[in-house]
Amino acid sequence: MSANHDDHHDAPDGHGRALRLGIGGPVGSGKTALTAALCRSLGPSLRLGVVTNDIYTTEDADFLRRAGVIDPDRIMAVQTGCCPHTAIRDDIAANIDAVETLEERFGPLDLVIVESGGDNLTATFSRGLADRQIFVLDVSGGDKVPRKGGPGVTSADLLVVNKTDLAPMVGADLTVMSRDAAAVRDGKPVLFTSIREDRGAHSVAEWVAGVVGSWQHEHGTPHSHSYLA
Amino acid sequence: MDGTAPGGPALNGAESTTPPAPAASSGMPAMHGLAGLLLLADSRLPAGGHAHSGGAEEACRTGAISGPEDLARFLRGRLATAGRVAAALAWSACAAAHAPKFPDIDPDIESPTDSAPTADAGAAWRLLDAEADARIASPAQRLASRTQGRLLIRTARRIWPAPVLTGLARALPDGAHHPIALGAAAHAAGCTPEQAAMAAAYTSVTGAATAAVRLLGLDPVTVHHVLAGLPYDSVIAEQHDWSALPAHAAPALDLLAEQHLRTEVRLFVS
Repeated sequence: MSANHDDHHDAPDGHGRALRLGIGGPVGSGKTALTAALCRSLGPSLRLGVVTNDIYTTEDADFLRRAGVIDPDRIMAVQTGCCPHTAIRDDIAANIDAVETLEERFGPLDLVIVESGGDNLTATFSRGLADRQIFVLDVSGGDKVPRKGGPGVTSADLLVVNKTDLAPMVGADLTVMSRDAAAVRDGKPVLFTSIREDRGAHSVAEWVAGVVGSWQHEHGTPHSHSYLA
Repeated sequence: MDGTAPGGPALNGAESTTPPAPAASSGMPAMHGLAGLLLLADSRLPAGGHAHSGGAEEACRTGAISGPEDLARFLRGRLATAGRVAAALAWSACAAAHAPKFPDIDPDIESPTDSAPTADAGAAWRLLDAEADARIASPAQRLASRTQGRLLIRTARRIWPAPVLTGLARALPDGAHHPIALGAAAHAAGCTPEQAAMAAAYTSVTGAATAAVRLLGLDPVTVHHVLAGLPYDSVIAEQHDWSALPAHAAPALDLLAEQHLRTEVRLFVS
């Protein structure tokens, strides 16, 4: 894999390139399911690419390919050497390389989703990699998680609480989660989903479409090779 | 072109042929280039190195490395072979970036699409890269080396903008081999060829050591004691003839790299 062009010099200002959306969150909360749902909902209207950061092998990338929600060639897998948070925060080189390779091969793109490997509540994306980020929790982790905060919960542009269908079974109080999240997020949005029941995660997709629209209004519509210096 | 390089390297076709300032002119000869060396050798350098184990992951999986003693033997072998070759390549790349002239270039290697005055530099980079290719038997290791080289050039160009790095990126758009990228980056960071070689020797073993700590839960202090005892100086030598660069092979490392690519569950790229 490589971004095989003449003069590869990352331009961080974002002018004329795709919005890069990070999706992070703990193991099993539904990051890959959300990525697939966004591809289902947004694929018809936006030009997409996906980068997965698998903990082992290419599990998440393979799941997305099997789901048939996006051209398999538009999915790239990055390996993270036991440290998924390092690859999205401290040393983003391999992820940037993957994003730019997708833009080079299939560009111009409107949206590149970078799905992190499952990690803990402190994992967030570097601003050098993701322009906006979603943090995904699920109700089965307990309704106290939003109150505990952590950079993912407090600073993500959107907090998604997934698997609401399980709330009665695990004794999670969605009202408590909503109230606690609002208290630590300073007005930033929170959406509750059950991707098992809503295969397109439509409320989240609507938020993402709005963010992409604002991004293009501010930085211009992506056009070929425009992100090169 | 993004900025100017210290020392006016010939690699970008710049007119200046001024050699790098002698270390003594700073008044602190021991410090010259050291900050650049520390940054380049730091495992926190954001250039993708954290996800490469240099064969250690496969060696751990197969049981070839199961404790600190195995790891010490593995690292000594890695330093004496891959480390020695990497140090020589990094020395050569850094010296070439400094030098006003290149060794004689085989015209067959020169790309017809390049235009003067950068053609000579581009051809020289490709020649040195071909020398590296010839010294890495395993395709998996060649791929890992180029991937790390590409990421390092990308990172170094933003940290130390220099025409020499732009020229290298243009000459080898899929990525130069890592030691060559390291040598060129070391030049851009103000390092001497000896310092570039030291960075190459050191980073040839630190990634594998860290991977073993993560995978086997080894005591990190024990592993750093091992790292502190390795003979880095012994693999560093001046290089003046690219065709005579060392070519110490390590068949076990080649096999580990090839097996690793075929292993279904892996955490590291290489």
